[in-house]
Amino acid sequence: MADNRRVSLAAADPKDVRLKTHPAGEPEQWLDDHGTALYSFALARIRDEHLAEEAVQETLLAALESRERFSGAASVRTWLIGILKHKIMDHFRRASREAPLDDPAGCDDLDEGASDEMFAADGHWRDRMADWGDPQETLERSQFMAILQRCLDALPPRLARLFWLREVMEEDSEIICKELAITPTNLWTMLHRGRLGLRQCLDRNWVGNVTIAARG
Amino acid sequence: MKMLTCKDASHLISERLERPLGFQERWGLRMHLWICVSCRQFVRQLTLMRLALRKLGERAKADAAGAELSPEARERIRKALAERGGHENEHEH
Repeated sequence: MADNRRVSLAAADPKDVRLKTHPAGEPEQWLDDHGTALYSFALARIRDEHLAEEAVQETLLAALESRERFSGAASVRTWLIGILKHKIMDHFRRASREAPLDDPAGCDDLDEGASDEMFAADGHWRDRMADWGDPQETLERSQFMAILQRCLDALPPRLARLFWLREVMEEDSEIICKELAITPTNLWTMLHRGRLGLRQCLDRNWVGNVTIAARG
Repeated sequence: MKMLTCKDASHLISERLERPLGFQERWGLRMHLWICVSCRQFVRQLTLMRLALRKLGERAKADAAGAELSPEARERIRKALAERGGHENEHEH
């Protein structure tokens, strides 16, 4: 958690800071008014209570440092959420750095390992594509959703994180690429690989025990 | 024009969720889907997966919406804010 950025508040005496009214209000108040909202926003995305708390703290500290720049154009909540989004991305970036290689093949060759398993040499599917049933009905089944969650968790961690951000939290592709410093092509390849993996896992765990008739 | 393999087609099917395909890509994919039952099924599976994942996201957000910062965390953050706000020129550790 070492953070060596310097705070640039002009006032040396904390009392001055408190006396001066900022359009953004006071940090104490941020915590009271927006702490819970920030926390749940972070928790949904990071899915770890401790790390989500940390993200909230980092957000409020960053907000304190940059509150001179708060223009008042947006609401304080929107401003804080904006900062939090960056902190969440920092978290994902750190996580990627700590476990950069899930697969021995490495990043440049993301597609090949998975593809060999899924496609025959002539480029045809190895598996027969099954019918997963009526989409609306399938979505209503809690068993399908449970299997989906399990399959998602079974993806390689790096892929799972990316998938969670993009497909589950619907984060913007451009933002993901910018924040995680990856090219769009790289992102698409990884998402494709994630989709293939998830599809295969679902196929093995869902269709097999439910819609046997539909397989023909 | 060379016919796409399922592997090529699967790439395009996946990527068109992320970017608009070019004319040639669209045309090639359409031709392939016309003759390939498996890839048509793959399209349906991906669509279902995307819907299901978003539903999972909605649920995760709803679950997290009920979560509260623990009093301990709140206190810790309050302290950190007071420290940073009060002694902004001091070294942290």
